[in-house]
Amino acid sequence: MFRTKKKNIEDKLFDLISYLFLILFALIILYPLYLIVVASVSDPNMVSNGQVWYFPKGFTLEGYKRIFEDNSILLGYMNTIIYAGLGAIISVAMTVSGAYPLSRKDFYGKNFFMAIFVFTMFFGGGLIPTYLLVKSLGMLDTVWAMVIPGAVSVWNLIITRTFFQTNIPEELREAAFIDGCSDFRYFIKIILPLSKPIISVLALFVIVGQWNGYFDALIYLSNEKKYPLQLVLRNILIQAEPQLGMMIDVDTLAAKLKVRELIKYSAIIVSSVPLLVIYPFIQKYFVKGVMIGSIKG
Amino acid sequence: MIFPLKKIKFSFKQILKNYQLYLLIMPTFLYFIIFKYIPMYGVLMAFEDYVPSRGIIGSPWVGLRHFVNFFNSFNFWDLIKNTVYLSVFQLIITFPFPIIIALMLNELTNEKIKKTIQTIIYAPYFISTVVLVGMMYVFLSPSSGIVNKIIEAISGNTIDFFSAPEWFRPLYIISSLWQGTGFGTVIYMAALASVDPQLHEAAIVDGASKLKRIFVIDLPAIMPVIIIQLILAVGNIMNVGFEKTFLMQTPLNLDVSEIIQTYVYKAGLLQAQYSFSTAVGLFNAVINFILLITVNALVKKISETSLW
Repeated sequence: MFRTKKKNIEDKLFDLISYLFLILFALIILYPLYLIVVASVSDPNMVSNGQVWYFPKGFTLEGYKRIFEDNSILLGYMNTIIYAGLGAIISVAMTVSGAYPLSRKDFYGKNFFMAIFVFTMFFGGGLIPTYLLVKSLGMLDTVWAMVIPGAVSVWNLIITRTFFQTNIPEELREAAFIDGCSDFRYFIKIILPLSKPIISVLALFVIVGQWNGYFDALIYLSNEKKYPLQLVLRNILIQAEPQLGMMIDVDTLAAKLKVRELIKYSAIIVSSVPLLVIYPFIQKYFVKGVMIGSIKG
Repeated sequence: MIFPLKKIKFSFKQILKNYQLYLLIMPTFLYFIIFKYIPMYGVLMAFEDYVPSRGIIGSPWVGLRHFVNFFNSFNFWDLIKNTVYLSVFQLIITFPFPIIIALMLNELTNEKIKKTIQTIIYAPYFISTVVLVGMMYVFLSPSSGIVNKIIEAISGNTIDFFSAPEWFRPLYIISSLWQGTGFGTVIYMAALASVDPQLHEAAIVDGASKLKRIFVIDLPAIMPVIIIQLILAVGNIMNVGFEKTFLMQTPLNLDVSEIIQTYVYKAGLLQAQYSFSTAVGLFNAVINFILLITVNALVKKISETSLW
């Protein structure tokens, strides 16, 4: 009796600590995000004086107004949407059509193909040879540089192959083939409609990657009109250099610097909201994707 | 584990019968040849003085000169040290954290709180690196950042975090914890979900506490997953995230923030030293590859789990 009671206290203590620790951790994660939202609609003076902690003070939408007046963010949005959409189509098409034969037991040479693909996970040409290749293909400063060089990842191929192996019964193919179905027809009419879950997972990976990445754009694009959102943001958030020569009056300089801070907060919100809003809905697909991938490495 | 496929007998009939499968895989195959294997061939330029107009075959060979130059350059040891420090500290601190969080989350009995916490801690994964670093800049700004307001209130001073070399690594790692922990738990949560509940029931009957059960049931159950993740992480130790490092670099913290990848980018693309930069990148890749093979072999000796 005494024994179990003692154990219960131990467990309760464990529960208490877990709850406290995890809730604290969740708050630490949430607070910076919340603070950005609050700061983006507050008076920049109060923010920079350290008066804004929980609730917006001196409500203003000036930051958002400035952002939408300047069309570089909107242009960045447009470009990112194009890169994400086109990238998702190309990536998904190549991954699914490449992974399907690898999932077939009767596909001669799949060890060869798999070895060719997997080797690239551990060794690659590196930055400069890849850059020179893209350059020599004439893709610099074009949409293609953003969507083709990274189109297929071995990891996604493995995930997709595993999905086919575990979700589509061999009997289905046998039945279809007895009815005179060819591989192509079977792939398009039967496999693709059954692959909606994996297609959405792959498309999400690509879209999130395109939405958040800036490295490819940094090396392959020099035309600012083609910059994706993240490169535009980088200029606003990190490289922002006040043009001191243009401002003489000290007061206006200070005021401009404060508005610049306000613009930063608003820019963070404007660029992150789309993903953060849809993310609770897509979370389960992500988890599914990671899980399909991890079960059968 | 990566090659679970069985051998199929070679026959022309089999290949002809499945010719459409070869057509299906062809675009992906060509993609790998063009975008992965041609750059591997391009690595040859590390051993020559590459002249774009003469191509890889036509450029003069210089053997290992670029490597020797790199080893003898004044910042060679700094680059190695910065790269290794950043990734080793990052690994030691950020690797166990998702495991601990997953083990704790797994024990929560209130499903609603559990789901909410999960949703919240995954969220930063969807914040881009640019925004993450941008957030650090606004929060840590010496003049208007909230963190410095707190520090000022306590000590009367402010810290210019992005100019202080000693703050670069802590900031890098703390921000990784903030951003990556939640997503890192996904895989461990999945592994924990497959633990047989009967084991727990039996242990409870024997009077085992939760903590005890975590150590004797949960942890051993997810150990293979932990080991695989660890091998992959160690095999990537020389690949610290270029994206974040590059954004966090300022002229004042360059002493600790210049890593091999940022150096390759600057020497190669900004200064157009194609051959030299490729040599540095190749050196980095080779070290990584050796590490991966070594760790895998070591782990294979100690435990049953390994990559291949």
